[in-house]
Amino acid sequence: MTSLRQKHRTETLRNLAFLSPWLIGVSVFFLYPLVSTVYFSFMKYDGFTPPTWTGWKNWQYVFTDYPFFWPALRNTLWLVVVMVTLRVVFGLGIGLLITKVKTGAGFFRTAFYLPYLAPPVAATMAFAFLLNPGTGPVNSILGSIGLPQPGWFNDPAWSKPALTMLALWGIGDLMVIFMASLLDVPQEQYEAASLDGAGAWQRFRYVTLPNISPIVLFAVVTGVIQTMQYYTQPLVAGKVASGVIGGAGQQFEPGYPDKSTLTLPQLVYHLGFQRFDTGGASVIALVLFALAMVFTAFLMRSMSERSVA
Amino acid sequence: MTATAIPSPVTLTPAARTARRTRFLHWIGVHSLAIAAALFFVLPFVFIFLTALMSDQQALTRDLWPDSWHWENLRTVWETPGFLTWWKNTLLYAGLGTALTLLSSIPVAYALARFTFRGRNVVLMLVIATMMLPPQVVIVPMYLFWAKQLHLSGTLWPLIIPMAFTDAFSVFLLRQFLLTIPKDYVDAAKVDGCGEFKALVRIVLPMAKPAIAAVALFQFFYCWNDYFGPQIYASENPAAWTLSYGLESFKGAHHTNWNLTMAATLLVMAPVIILFFFAQKAFIEGVTLTGVKG
Repeated sequence: MTSLRQKHRTETLRNLAFLSPWLIGVSVFFLYPLVSTVYFSFMKYDGFTPPTWTGWKNWQYVFTDYPFFWPALRNTLWLVVVMVTLRVVFGLGIGLLITKVKTGAGFFRTAFYLPYLAPPVAATMAFAFLLNPGTGPVNSILGSIGLPQPGWFNDPAWSKPALTMLALWGIGDLMVIFMASLLDVPQEQYEAASLDGAGAWQRFRYVTLPNISPIVLFAVVTGVIQTMQYYTQPLVAGKVASGVIGGAGQQFEPGYPDKSTLTLPQLVYHLGFQRFDTGGASVIALVLFALAMVFTAFLMRSMSERSVA
Repeated sequence: MTATAIPSPVTLTPAARTARRTRFLHWIGVHSLAIAAALFFVLPFVFIFLTALMSDQQALTRDLWPDSWHWENLRTVWETPGFLTWWKNTLLYAGLGTALTLLSSIPVAYALARFTFRGRNVVLMLVIATMMLPPQVVIVPMYLFWAKQLHLSGTLWPLIIPMAFTDAFSVFLLRQFLLTIPKDYVDAAKVDGCGEFKALVRIVLPMAKPAIAAVALFQFFYCWNDYFGPQIYASENPAAWTLSYGLESFKGAHHTNWNLTMAATLLVMAPVIILFFFAQKAFIEGVTLTGVKG
């Protein structure tokens, strides 16, 4: 009995030793700040004078008076519906294409993958240049063939489509994931379908799609979660297009043009670090947390069904 | 037209000829699509490159091709005050951050893959939850912690130190890979008198090299690309800026000069792309590991 208990104790100690970096990390960098954020969401605190209790005032302010909150939520919905959908469809299309290419497959794979690696700030600045309405190459080309030349990042109606193009340019991650799953589809199923007289579309519809549907779901859910984190690209695009960048200390009101590029993470920065409204920033952070966790729960369920986790 | 050709040894039957023609048309169709797609992915790089080498005056026009090639633009950017410091800071953040992440995350991933203990599923769920968490959710208290209590704002340490306490994504990825290593190897080593830690270092780590390489690359890139972190902690002190953060101020300093801005953009993209060519395999493996293979 004693030896069994002793063995159990050594094992517990061993487990704790192996897990210790994570235990400290999750407590100090996740659980503590999460609880603290809940606390600050009920406090009036500017970072300098001591915090005072205000009840639901911060929540009320964010939901009813803060002019950026609802536009940011609407933009997020737009991005989920349009950007995530297009990324999944385009990623699947490019993945399919690359599995069919026979000549120069290595070149095409690298060419399609590389943009994904471009650092987000660099890629966004590059697109701000490519799409700038005055001298950008895209509008030069559109103009020379007589097509309309949109204002892209300078036009509230075109800024999100421009961000979507940037997101499609960096499709490499989804391409690789879809490519791997397409190659895993059993070849016999295609042959059997062909013998039954199925055309290309029917083979895709009745063989390919059912086989890769877990991956499609995975791509959609992680896409939605990435949208909740969407920060650098809309912020930098707005800054560059508006011309308001000038090193440290310069204040940029996010969302240019006309709140069309606002996303929730930007609001945390805007309230917390530009307006010194710690309470309001905490409310946004908790809304963001709730949204991210709802979709993460979806993800975990779909993963445990595939016995990944 | 009922004339039928006498089949000679070299001509194919009509059916085979149709099949060959279909295959050829299919080849043409697929490769035209691939070329069109390649243009979409490659042309932005081409335009960045061409503009980066234009003269100041020409960069203000709608021209696509440089009249004269100004390679000195790259040097001008390189010699911009601060640029070299941003390089050094980025390498410090990415290099040290990656090393610390691996050191702290490997034992945790190993424990989650090998040991059974009460609460393991809770740990796993928390790992996945923190992996999906937008960093902005906890930034307010974290900033107060680093700036007001530890007085470390204006440095990159608030970004580097947490990596000594694991990174959720790395733990998850490593665990997924470690699950695929048969338990027998570790058991055999233990029979030979190895402790659990020794078995991890001697047996498991050498077998996990591809996954470790992939995780290291991802973490290096995460640090290299990070914009939000340096914006929060380093913005007040240009001596602590990284390339991703400093790049933007470049546009501010050279307000109208798209050529210099694009030259700087090119210089920030280049190391990542060069690294990719050296480590292509590890990358692709890493991406497929992220949640597909299971």
